[in-house]
Amino acid sequence: MKRVAFIALALVLVSPAAAQEEQSTAPYAYRQLDDAAKETKAQRLMESLRCLQCQGQSIADSDAPIAGSMRSLVRERIAAGEDPEAIRAWLIERYGDYVSYAPQFTTLTWPLFAVPAVLLLIAFLLLRRRFTRKPEDGQ
Amino acid sequence: MTDTPKAPRWALWLPLALFLGFVVLVMIGLYHPADRNISSGLVGKAMPQFDLPPALPGRPGLDSKILANGKPHLVNVFASWCIPCRVEAPQLGELAKAGIPIEGISVRDTTENLQGFLEQNGDPFQRVGADDDGKVQLALGSSGVPETYVVDGKGTIVYQHIGEIRPEHLGLILEKLNEAKQ
Amino acid sequence: MIAELGLAALWLAAALAGLQLVAGSLGLTVRGAVLGGAVRPVAMVQGLLALLAFACLIYVFSVTDLSVKLVALNSHSMKPLIFKIAGTWGNHEGSMLLWVTVMGMAGGVVALVERRLPERTMLATLAGQAFVSLGFYAFLLLASNPFERLSPVPAEGNGLNPLLQDLGLAFHPPTLYLGYVGLSIAFSFAIGALVTREVGPAFARAMRPWVLGAWIFLTVGISAGSYWAYYELGWGGWWFWDPVENASLMPWLAATALLHSCSVLASRNALRAWTVMLGVVAFSMSMIGTFLVRSGILTSVHAFAVDPQRGTFILALLAIYIGGALTLFGLRASTVTEGERFAIVSREGALVFNNVMLSAILGIVLFGTLYPLVAESMGAKVSVGPPYFNPMSALFAVPMLVVLAVGPLLRWRRDRFARIGRGLVIPAMLVAAAIIALLAIGGVALLPFLGLALAVGLGWASLLPLKGRNLRRTPLPIWGMVTAHFGIAVALFGMSSESAFSVEKLVAVKVGEITEVGPWGVKLDAVEPVAGPNWTALEARLLVRYGADGTVTRMLPQSRSFWAPPQQTSESALLTRWNGQLYAVLGGEAPAANGKDAASGPVSDDDGARWQLRLWWKPFVPLIWLGGMLIALGGALALAGHVLADLKRIVARGKIAYRRERQGR
Repeated sequence: MKRVAFIALALVLVSPAAAQEEQSTAPYAYRQLDDAAKETKAQRLMESLRCLQCQGQSIADSDAPIAGSMRSLVRERIAAGEDPEAIRAWLIERYGDYVSYAPQFTTLTWPLFAVPAVLLLIAFLLLRRRFTRKPEDGQ
Repeated sequence: MTDTPKAPRWALWLPLALFLGFVVLVMIGLYHPADRNISSGLVGKAMPQFDLPPALPGRPGLDSKILANGKPHLVNVFASWCIPCRVEAPQLGELAKAGIPIEGISVRDTTENLQGFLEQNGDPFQRVGADDDGKVQLALGSSGVPETYVVDGKGTIVYQHIGEIRPEHLGLILEKLNEAKQ
Repeated sequence: MIAELGLAALWLAAALAGLQLVAGSLGLTVRGAVLGGAVRPVAMVQGLLALLAFACLIYVFSVTDLSVKLVALNSHSMKPLIFKIAGTWGNHEGSMLLWVTVMGMAGGVVALVERRLPERTMLATLAGQAFVSLGFYAFLLLASNPFERLSPVPAEGNGLNPLLQDLGLAFHPPTLYLGYVGLSIAFSFAIGALVTREVGPAFARAMRPWVLGAWIFLTVGISAGSYWAYYELGWGGWWFWDPVENASLMPWLAATALLHSCSVLASRNALRAWTVMLGVVAFSMSMIGTFLVRSGILTSVHAFAVDPQRGTFILALLAIYIGGALTLFGLRASTVTEGERFAIVSREGALVFNNVMLSAILGIVLFGTLYPLVAESMGAKVSVGPPYFNPMSALFAVPMLVVLAVGPLLRWRRDRFARIGRGLVIPAMLVAAAIIALLAIGGVALLPFLGLALAVGLGWASLLPLKGRNLRRTPLPIWGMVTAHFGIAVALFGMSSESAFSVEKLVAVKVGEITEVGPWGVKLDAVEPVAGPNWTALEARLLVRYGADGTVTRMLPQSRSFWAPPQQTSESALLTRWNGQLYAVLGGEAPAANGKDAASGPVSDDDGARWQLRLWWKPFVPLIWLGGMLIALGGALALAGHVLADLKRIVARGKIAYRRERQGR
């Protein structure tokens, strides 16, 4: 009992005067799915979705309550059998490409995918020019 | 000695060209900084369907069907722990007095804290739905509190106001409500 | 008083930098040649003055002089001394002062010891260093004065972000800065070489120890930063492709390419244009990184205070320095011939290939980091993260790693695959065995799969250059190369293993309950409050056991609350074994099963509070940072080898000259 009082005292000392944002009551904010395969699918999706109120974290890496709500949303839908890309599309419909760390191939993001190709081309040109000149004495 | 291979001309100037591109890009970023707010993608589309339980005893919860009853509504996404929500309370009060129906969605909150909040800051809401797990906030495309949505009589979202409604925004809100009436 | 002393020292140092620039530039002309003699002493004094200024700043932080604005904003009298000192560089102004201090000191040491290059080139180099320093001095003195006073003096400071009150993180910035800013020497050498057209082996030999030194610090700084993020942020991640992390990776990639290029130029007189360009690019990446972090145009967990005005100032500096250097490169590099030639299958060939690969990865990281800005300029928002960076960099990293395994075995100038083919049989078999094993285990994603298979082969192949050598007479730089390449294989193995085999468990348990994660059994023994110097915390006592019959060990994760400023952090508990780490975090109190919060009284069917625990079993994850340290160690061995060889040469020359004198020749 003394321990509980101490904990309560400690918590009171550090809690600010205003009300605290509650953690979401969503069931799967901090709970994994029972089916391991589905949990892995959910985990992969969560690692690629951005937390909307953080400075740059995925919802899998954030303690923000909104991230908890989003995690639960993802887990519940995957448990119900929904495809991860469908969930991602649902979120993108509402928040734009910003919410997904995996850039989709759209009219806005095609340069991201073009750049590696361009770099490959430049690399090839540079190396080809460097190497096709035969050395002075035959090989 | 035969001429040793030299680097191709274009390769020598490529780094400078790329750097100039970088400078231009960054100047745009510095002088026309993008809006940090994340807007909902549902503006211009139908309000998602939901039926939230009551957040306060003796007050009905919020069923989205209400929002398609022919009259334009304001939907205010708020919470007792949200400090800018206190700043916008007087403006909401004014809008309520002008006869505009304001529905509230409280996000990740408790009855006790809500009651305290409304006692302190006034109560402009007709109905308050409790979105304790935050799902409806996500379904709306809302990324924080406070946000206010202007919804027309058919249930279509006409306008999303991100952040607190300050006195200078009242004109804009009334204008959007007029648009919603058409 | 001390603050004013520091400010005065800073102004003096800036003035000396101006003098260094003028004397160095005029010293290159015929009429001003006599000024050249002043440059070295001026550079040394400038470095010492900058150091004095920095020492003054450390002093005002350690005594918590609240009349200095910077101290009032960033420190607190109750902080432990070590964190007060670390607070000196844990903010924008202090870290900029650290930047100019390292630049000044590095320039001073070069002025003191470097005698291998023609004096003209040294003058141009030191003038270049002064030119770059001036811009940063101006930025400090005009836009970010660290010694600004505050009136009235506040009663207490604002405290430092609790996340930064950690030894690992306290010393991460200085290490990184020694790296970033050490690359400025390479930049200045490249400028000096371009201006005086002295791009040859002597230039490379002079530049090499500086590049190595800076690179070693960068490697240590990045590894340390990654480890800090891993244990402090509470979710077990160690790299997020966050803009600030990328800002430290980009100079490292350029410096790695530069380091190898420089060695080739030093020993084989080839790759001249590459070396000079990489010298310019490496420090340019440091400056670009600094700019991105401090201007606030990119959102990041690390962001310093956002300030577009400061951003514009630094951007102007960048335009002058990088634009100027790259223009100089474009103009002069065409007259720099490529040097000796070599065939595709040769050590030079392998190094050129890998330089191109490293540059490509650099390009991808830079473009991916900047792309959100491109999208914003078009009015939209995009996020670019691990799902983009991982596969795209792997596209170039995989061929690079394969060539890395083979390259050190090739001869210079020209070689045949058949000659080294036999040595590669064992690594190839190891790779095949790993592939079979991984297919048998099943469920491993493509990238970690490739990483594990390559790491095994590379690990063996990196040791092959030692085969057939007399190990006691093998030069240190060879040991360095072997250690560093082996370190890459080790780190790659750790990264891939963490990705492929980590097991996560999120549970809400009562005191006394046992839960399992991987081969571990974890029992929550107690949750108790504890107090520290400026925090209180709830500490969980976990009793953990490996397998059915391991010894029971205790872990103590904490959920900590600071009050100045108010913030909550989770202190994770780590238990390291040879084959991995158990990672435990204490979350909050879980709501009781029927939805009411615990404060509403005991519930008849669910006695006692439930506590959220986050547990991970991460096989072989410490290898990531162990590999990083091995890479840095390899660099240190190589550096020691080169420096010792140089010293021997100096001593030998001295002896020869003495003997000649005695013999009257």
